[in-house]
Amino acid sequence: MDGILNAPIRPERHPQDRPTNLSRRSVLGASLGALVLGVALPRSAPRAQGAAAPSVRPGTRVPAFLEIRPDGSVLLRSPFVEGGQGVTTAFAQIVGEELDVDPTAFTVECAPPGADYLMVNGMRFTGGSFSVRSSYAAMRGLGATARRMLLQAAAARLDVPLDSLATEPGRVIHAASGRSLAYGALAADAAAMPAPEGVPLRAESAFRWIGKPVARLDVRAKSTGKALYAIDLTAEGMLQAAVQHAPRLGMEPGAVANEAEVRAMPGVHSIHRLPGAMAVVADRWWRARRAVETLQVDWTEAAPDARNAMPGDFSSAGLRATLTAAPGPGIAAESQGDSATALRNAVRVIEATYDAPHLAHGQLEPPSAIARWNADGTLDLWLPNQAPEMFQRAAATVAGIEPEKVRIHSPMLGGFFGRHFLYESANPFPQAILLAKAVGRPVKLIWSREEEFLRDALRPMGLARFRAGLDPQGLPIALHAEAVGEGPVGRWFGRQPDRADPSAVEGIAGKPYAIPHRHVAHVPQPNPVMIGFWRSVGHSMNDFFYETFFDEMADAGGQDPFALRLRLLAESPRHRTLLEAVGHLSGGWRRGPFEAADGTRRARGVAMASPFGSEVATIAEVSIRDGEVMVHDVWVAIDPGSIVNPAIIEAQVQSAVALGLSSALLEEVVYEGGTPQARNFDGYRILPPDRMPRVHVRIIESGAPMGGIGEPGLPGVPPAVVNAVATLTGQRIRSLPLSKTRFGSV
Amino acid sequence: MDLLINGVTRQVDSEADTPLLWVLRDDLGLTGTKYGCGVAQCGACTVLVDGQATRSCVTPIDAVAGQSITTIEAIEADAVGRKVIAAWVANQVPQCGYCQSGQVMAATALLTQTPQPSEEDIAGAMTNLCRCGTYNAISAAVRQAAQG
Ligand code: FES
Ligand code: FES
Repeated sequence: MDGILNAPIRPERHPQDRPTNLSRRSVLGASLGALVLGVALPRSAPRAQGAAAPSVRPGTRVPAFLEIRPDGSVLLRSPFVEGGQGVTTAFAQIVGEELDVDPTAFTVECAPPGADYLMVNGMRFTGGSFSVRSSYAAMRGLGATARRMLLQAAAARLDVPLDSLATEPGRVIHAASGRSLAYGALAADAAAMPAPEGVPLRAESAFRWIGKPVARLDVRAKSTGKALYAIDLTAEGMLQAAVQHAPRLGMEPGAVANEAEVRAMPGVHSIHRLPGAMAVVADRWWRARRAVETLQVDWTEAAPDARNAMPGDFSSAGLRATLTAAPGPGIAAESQGDSATALRNAVRVIEATYDAPHLAHGQLEPPSAIARWNADGTLDLWLPNQAPEMFQRAAATVAGIEPEKVRIHSPMLGGFFGRHFLYESANPFPQAILLAKAVGRPVKLIWSREEEFLRDALRPMGLARFRAGLDPQGLPIALHAEAVGEGPVGRWFGRQPDRADPSAVEGIAGKPYAIPHRHVAHVPQPNPVMIGFWRSVGHSMNDFFYETFFDEMADAGGQDPFALRLRLLAESPRHRTLLEAVGHLSGGWRRGPFEAADGTRRARGVAMASPFGSEVATIAEVSIRDGEVMVHDVWVAIDPGSIVNPAIIEAQVQSAVALGLSSALLEEVVYEGGTPQARNFDGYRILPPDRMPRVHVRIIESGAPMGGIGEPGLPGVPPAVVNAVATLTGQRIRSLPLSKTRFGSV
Repeated sequence: MDLLINGVTRQVDSEADTPLLWVLRDDLGLTGTKYGCGVAQCGACTVLVDGQATRSCVTPIDAVAGQSITTIEAIEADAVGRKVIAAWVANQVPQCGYCQSGQVMAATALLTQTPQPSEEDIAGAMTNLCRCGTYNAISAAVRQAAQG
């Protein structure tokens, strides 16, 4: 099995547009004759948990990451999966810079489970905007080490001293004799060289690719329909499956009124009862779907001990009332000074309560999974995922086999935004494993968009209560905040009873403003909904709560909100610079309301956020049209410390602005009777093209430790927009989305 | 039933009311055309039917028998399609890429019918959803393709 495991599949499109066949033969033959550096990976390389492999230092063993093929092209096994955030290109830039290979020569794929890839604090997941910042140094080291091995091989081959050799992209050069050797011709020898330690890195001043707007590697394939996602793959001899889920978690399928009728429908292979779902396996997915949706199922109520059972009387409105009523004081997350006394002594106290709804991920690729049991008892799974080792362990539990017998294949993602973490009941692979076992053939299961809306793991609803005290000059001297609800970190990684869940308070705690007395607490309140990570997690709503309340404080004290921010950031040059930068980018701070060139009344709002190690300042300009908020321009200044690819950063900010704006304007999962009311994009509206504003991005490299990129552009958008709306309309909106409110003319 | 797809007649045996999308993807292996919503909301499944941008997830195959169907797999055989792809690459449009086959097909239909589109023409034709928010890059690419 180890031999198979060492050869991850690269599905290749068959000529003549035949479906891709992931046959057993291709598993065994995938990289034969290709490499090189890769054969040196010990066969005993542990595949699963880091715990089982204390000897492996993640991110250090060249053969686990790099194959240099005879033609000089490079395969990089990345710890992280590509889903549009550009990580494959960034890694090709970083490794290529040190290896001395042009990034365009790289093919990057997501590595299979293995201890070498546990790059995020001994774990691996693509999330938390961690990918590049967690691995930047290690990837440079790998590239430099591999280059040194190639130099050593060339020195031996040419019988010259190593220090007489240099490289240029893809070649080792011996200037004295005019001879050169291509990397592809040296790779096999290089693999036999001992891996040197402590190889020096290239001087930053000599970077050719790091820090440059290198074109993304996958753009052409994605523009021409050639990129393959999990939903596009096939396994030889497979059947296809569709499911009908129980309307509420915990319910189970009871009697089926028309099983015989459905069994006789075209293409139907078999009908299956699964935990919480019915499934039909057929020769084609559309036939499976039509059949499964024809099934008339009598769903039985949840057993008293059913896990995660959703009550039949649950509603979003009810949860909001529960959060509103949940008493403080909660668990302190951040405390400075004496906010209680300061509030008592303040000349003016203001209070406000904010809330934000559950949100769906709405990634455009519906979830799927292909499961294939092999004759040797192993299991192959192709599935969208952000955490191969975690999925491997979970799949092994479902399958009843050792984790080492589960091979996880992680294709490119058709969007994720947090959707493809491991969430109990929100991933299709357990069903696919059971169905493949039952029918004795590979099974590809796709969740229809409607089933996806029913089982997505949602950004939790949240609520925050604020009290602020002002001094006689109208400056805030005390802030007391309570974030009420449940965060996804606590749900999925365990919450200690005496500690605040960071994902519940981030964006309320950790703000940089010099307010001398402040207290931020988490008031835990369980949420019956299956909750998950959604792009920028707690920041996605908490910065909205805080930064709009900030403007309420400013207004109450007669302060301009931009000027007050600058003032409270006087001791924080990094934030102050950033705020000034976004002001300049927007042509100078101008709150309004004012009349634009087209005659519309407009106003601007500002907000700041400190998400995922980066700092962001955002300004938005809005008007009202037909009672709805129109956002015309968004200016974003982002300081990620240092950068790898400015073009990717700009694209990610564009993307984050779109998603943040979508959440501010439109999005809301509404539960009634224990079920989400919208089951497709007709009921759950997401940002359409005609609501997209112009986006202006300024990147600032302050030299601070490298921060994240994928998520930080989002949290500033909702508060900047809502603050602008307040200036324009005089209405303080404290509950998202804005589409719940119809605005009069301004 | 015979379908004319990318200039080749293909015989399919699916039920007459099967959506074209699933015949393309499952019967013919043309997976460049994507399933996003299945209810004509997102446009990921956009193909050309006699040159018109058409959401194949709600188009039964018996409605398009005898018509000329073009999918993303054949887009570069088309002069306008080639220009669109070049503009997509130059503007680095895709992020996750999942919506982009549909976006490219919609742009190709627009520029074939209206080689010099106004902003309103672009807004009227480019209505497909993109969850990654590539909308600004899409409109820049459409404008560039119209010039090039
Ligand atoms: S899949 Fe056809 S419009 Fe969404
Ligand atoms: S690029 Fe991801 S949905 Fe458009």
